[in-house]
Amino acid sequence: MTPMKSLFAFVSLVTISHASIAQGELLLELTKEPLDVPVIATFKGTRVINGQSVETKPRGSLEFIFSHRFGRINEGAYTLWGLDDAFVRLGLEYGITDRLGVGLGRTSVDKTFDSYIRYKLLQQHIGKMPVTITTLGTLNYKTSPKNSDSIEPIKTTDRLAYVAQLLIARKFNQNFSLQVNPLVVNRNRVNQTVETNTDFALGIAGRHKITRSLAITGEYIFRLNDKPNSPPDYIRYDAIGFGIDIETGGHVFQLVFTNSLGLIDRAVVTETTGNFWEGDIHFGFNITRTFQLTRKK
Amino acid sequence: MRRKFFLVGFLVVTFTAPAQKFVLTEGVITFFSKATLEDISAENTKISGIFNPGTHEIAFVIPNNQFQFEKKLMQQHFNEKYMESDKFPRSTFSGTLKGFENFKPGEQVVTAVGELTIHGVTKIVEVPGTIEVAQDRIFIKSKFMIKLADYSIKIPQLLWQNIAETIEVAVAVTFTHKPQ
Repeated sequence: MTPMKSLFAFVSLVTISHASIAQGELLLELTKEPLDVPVIATFKGTRVINGQSVETKPRGSLEFIFSHRFGRINEGAYTLWGLDDAFVRLGLEYGITDRLGVGLGRTSVDKTFDSYIRYKLLQQHIGKMPVTITTLGTLNYKTSPKNSDSIEPIKTTDRLAYVAQLLIARKFNQNFSLQVNPLVVNRNRVNQTVETNTDFALGIAGRHKITRSLAITGEYIFRLNDKPNSPPDYIRYDAIGFGIDIETGGHVFQLVFTNSLGLIDRAVVTETTGNFWEGDIHFGFNITRTFQLTRKK
Repeated sequence: MRRKFFLVGFLVVTFTAPAQKFVLTEGVITFFSKATLEDISAENTKISGIFNPGTHEIAFVIPNNQFQFEKKLMQQHFNEKYMESDKFPRSTFSGTLKGFENFKPGEQVVTAVGELTIHGVTKIVEVPGTIEVAQDRIFIKSKFMIKLADYSIKIPQLLWQNIAETIEVAVAVTFTHKPQ
């Protein structure tokens, strides 16, 4: 190799290698800063099974929720394993902002109207914030029994109940999310000899995705001030549930098995009468459909 | 001696050339999916890029979760189920503009050749486009098609009528000279 040739080879080598490094360098320069990635879709719906989830509806989205619980499976073939009886809640939830939502619903059990407001205080961010925290406040108005049907007069305030809760959830990876939610339920009118006006509970819920559109869920709500030795009519249990979430475009189908007939938090926490371990289990579902009401921007 | 000087001179030229950079200051990337049941489009203005007219090198970085959809639920599904934005937060392009002549007035037709990375999959692509140099600004426009299967983005069978297999992508960006 002549000196001129080797020089040419050297220079071209430097140029080529430098060019290929530089090409990557431009990209490297653009990706120096870590991206701020909020963690989304911790749960598929605003409900896990019976209880609420940390999820809020995005701004301008209206969700129609149609929930159903059938009778007890252990009633057997005579009631077609509970399918003869149906308890229904129809609800709407609207996202005012990505973090602030309001909801309205009506449940056939007790003919109760419920309204709530939820606000996402913190959003999980990769490398910045480990959890998502949402607060939720509910007001329930029980319209049953009618004043005219009641022996003693019922005041409006007697029909009210309030629920306040803090939902804390973390999506550990693409598939697994876990949530804890301490909550307090206040019922204005109870049978004070055997019940308390204020009840405390701690919910624990989890979700594991099997495919990107299918997930299994579980939920347990511990009552923290359960009274032992209640008379038979007042025996209550912790609400337990297992379910499957199926998502198809704008719909989420949640098929559930639970010992609770409650479709609102008050009833789930304080009025669960089924003993899960003795097979007092109800089949049910929550179906949601989301509509986008606002246009872009 | 003269040879050495020549070598040093050459090295200086090759190393200083990348210093003359233009950065992306304004732009939008839009994609369109035209399927039987539904036309879907989304826009992203939070893109960044660098162009070096001296070496013709160009790079783009697109944060996937900044694509804005009309239906917010769709935006969530796009990030969660299709792009997996928590795993692959960025889409990138890194390459050179073939056929580009620096300082040439008017619109030029060029081809961007390089690596396009989407959903963690990198493909060598050739993308046609136009470029216009106007003083301290450079305008680039391009339209091309992306086959989702090439980047292992799978459409569920249930939604094949809602999401097209091939997505049209439109790029319109302005680069501004960045003094070093």
